[in-house]
Amino acid sequence: MILNPSFNLSYHQQTLPPDWPGGFWWHWLVFTLIIIVFFLAMVMGYIWLERRGMARMQARLGPNRCGPFGLLQPVADAIKVLLKENIVPVKADKLVHWLAPLVTFIPALLIFAVVPFGDGAVLADLDIGILFVVAISSISTVGIFMAGWGSSNKYSLLSAMRAAASVVSYEVPVILAIAGVVLIAGSLSLNDIVQAQSVPFILLQPLGFLIFFISGCAEINRSPFDLMEADSELVAGFHTEYSGMKFAMFYLAEYAEALAISAIITTLFLRGWKGPVLPPWLWFVIKVMVVFFVMVWTRATFPRVRIDQLMALAWKFLLPLALINLFITAIEVLTWPEALPWVLILVNIAIMVVLVLLWSKFFKLGWGRVEV
Amino acid sequence: MTLKTEPFVLNIGPVHPSTHGVFRMRATLDGEVILDIEPIFGYLHRGVEKLAEERTYTGIIPLTDRLDYLASMTNNFAYCLAVERLAGISVPERAEYIRVIIAELQRIASHLIAVGAFLNDCGAFFTPFLYMFREREKIVDLFEMVSGQRLLYNYMRIGGFNEDIPDEFLPALAKFTQQMPGFIEEYEQLLAKNEILQFRAKGVGILPREMAINISASGPVLRASGVKWDIRKADPYSVYDRFEFDIPTGTVGDCYDRYRVRVEEMRQSLRIINQAMEQIPSGPVKSEVPHLIRPPIGEVYARIEAPKGELGFYLVSDNSIAPYRCHVRAPSLINLTALRDMMRGWKVADAILIFGSIDITMGEVDR
Repeated sequence: MILNPSFNLSYHQQTLPPDWPGGFWWHWLVFTLIIIVFFLAMVMGYIWLERRGMARMQARLGPNRCGPFGLLQPVADAIKVLLKENIVPVKADKLVHWLAPLVTFIPALLIFAVVPFGDGAVLADLDIGILFVVAISSISTVGIFMAGWGSSNKYSLLSAMRAAASVVSYEVPVILAIAGVVLIAGSLSLNDIVQAQSVPFILLQPLGFLIFFISGCAEINRSPFDLMEADSELVAGFHTEYSGMKFAMFYLAEYAEALAISAIITTLFLRGWKGPVLPPWLWFVIKVMVVFFVMVWTRATFPRVRIDQLMALAWKFLLPLALINLFITAIEVLTWPEALPWVLILVNIAIMVVLVLLWSKFFKLGWGRVEV
Repeated sequence: MTLKTEPFVLNIGPVHPSTHGVFRMRATLDGEVILDIEPIFGYLHRGVEKLAEERTYTGIIPLTDRLDYLASMTNNFAYCLAVERLAGISVPERAEYIRVIIAELQRIASHLIAVGAFLNDCGAFFTPFLYMFREREKIVDLFEMVSGQRLLYNYMRIGGFNEDIPDEFLPALAKFTQQMPGFIEEYEQLLAKNEILQFRAKGVGILPREMAINISASGPVLRASGVKWDIRKADPYSVYDRFEFDIPTGTVGDCYDRYRVRVEEMRQSLRIINQAMEQIPSGPVKSEVPHLIRPPIGEVYARIEAPKGELGFYLVSDNSIAPYRCHVRAPSLINLTALRDMMRGWKVADAILIFGSIDITMGEVDR
């Protein structure tokens, strides 16, 4: 039976506050357990939500045989994948091939060390929490590149190249979008950022949210930016040559990254665990699910962009807008520190609409065909 | 500093999610850019043309089902037309109308798959594809009603049909033709104006008008390049001269135009079906045809506008019960000849898109 994370969390909050004297190791142990359980349960929930939700959008049923509403399908899949043969290509770089799934999977898990599930309910309330997130999340790409290189498969290699290029490009707008939030909140700690949100930052930073959401999707390679495992082009991209548990690690990592990005978006822009009536952790879970649902929605709707269009979007559209957004936010923070939030919200939404419309007029895509 | 780079060869297919069967492209790539491409086929060769020489004229009809397996009815149609012209067999009026209705339904079904698969190649993860399969299922249900089969119908016979359509067919068809425009509208709302699709498909894989004519392309591929050529109008067969319909054409000849032409053709097919349903007479559906047909010595080429282009059957008779030679002019194969020129210089992602927009069926390419 799956441990109920809600129970542990509330129990912990009542009995073991983080500043409990001498309780460092208790805190560490309990929170690590909570995070792992929460993480696995949520990833399974995500897989279920994606498959059922997309099936619904695509006028079909989706998994419906294992358990009620197919809820146990991820469990059945996990068992199946555990029993499968582990195939390694003869020409593969064995060590790199073996390490790659781990390098991809672990960072996604590490991000939850700094994500607050409630007021102060966080494994490590780092002062530089958001910096930690940015630093750790980029490591996944190294894993993807290792997988692409180590498989000695051309599809995987193409996919790895795409992954490296896109992540390097999209880190920039992501960080600039985060900087706007940090300016308003006045702190890098995720818990403080949540505390600072009397109004959700999605309203104060609408453009920042848009940029962060798009770049986040691109970074974790969700549709419409799923070029790295573009199923209609590169078969399965970097994990073409993986099977058994190693493939499962990649599969988990894909959803774990989606979970991490949804959690970060929730924390930065949607007031994190804050909310009326319901307990904080439940608010957190609900918001994370809603963010993920939007990702599923886009995946079911949009076609995929091409690699040069992906790059053009990052450098010609998102980056200038992110810079302008940061500039405007800085001016607002400096000049109107006491301004009514509703005035700022209206002003910022107006600025976002004008900027996006204006910039999309000037936005030109790069070259399409190359003379050969 | 410049790094030394060298092109590499990537085998796309024969086992690949988007090669629409067992097609193989040997692509020489410079990074993502396609320098050269070599189409390789033959993985599905079954020797249909040779087999036909050993069978009776009626016995060949099931073989034609297996050419373009997404449009079996039109294959039957083209073959029956060829034999009827060769042997001088007339077809009753009612049978002609049923043939037109069924051929146009088949065109819609085939275009639904073509457009769905094309959008799937663009990366729209199966949503349009499955929506279009939902409607194709309705057409297949109609075909099951008349023939009892759902993929390889084997419904048409030389000189008409084996059996008349059942009584419930026409009401069911009327219901379908009422619903279908709404569904086409639904697909259009989903993706037709989508910004990403326009970026991806507009101006990509242009087939110029002259080249399209020179390679004798046909069907939506030719019409998307701006050539108004439809055998239903240019060389009317059956009773097509009695219906009013337009020939949709593109302007540029890119992937987007090919996609638009197909969607528009579905609407025109519905128009034809509606007119045919109003005009359909009663009467017999099969003329008197001997059990073993022995056409007089001679040859014939009969062509129809199949969903993918000009489908022609060339038959040579030596007055025996089997054709001396049976050649199929398959539109998929001939439309493929422009592949290299269309793909060179584009990226891997575009190659998949361009290939999807040509809409081929491997059963027809490798006979």
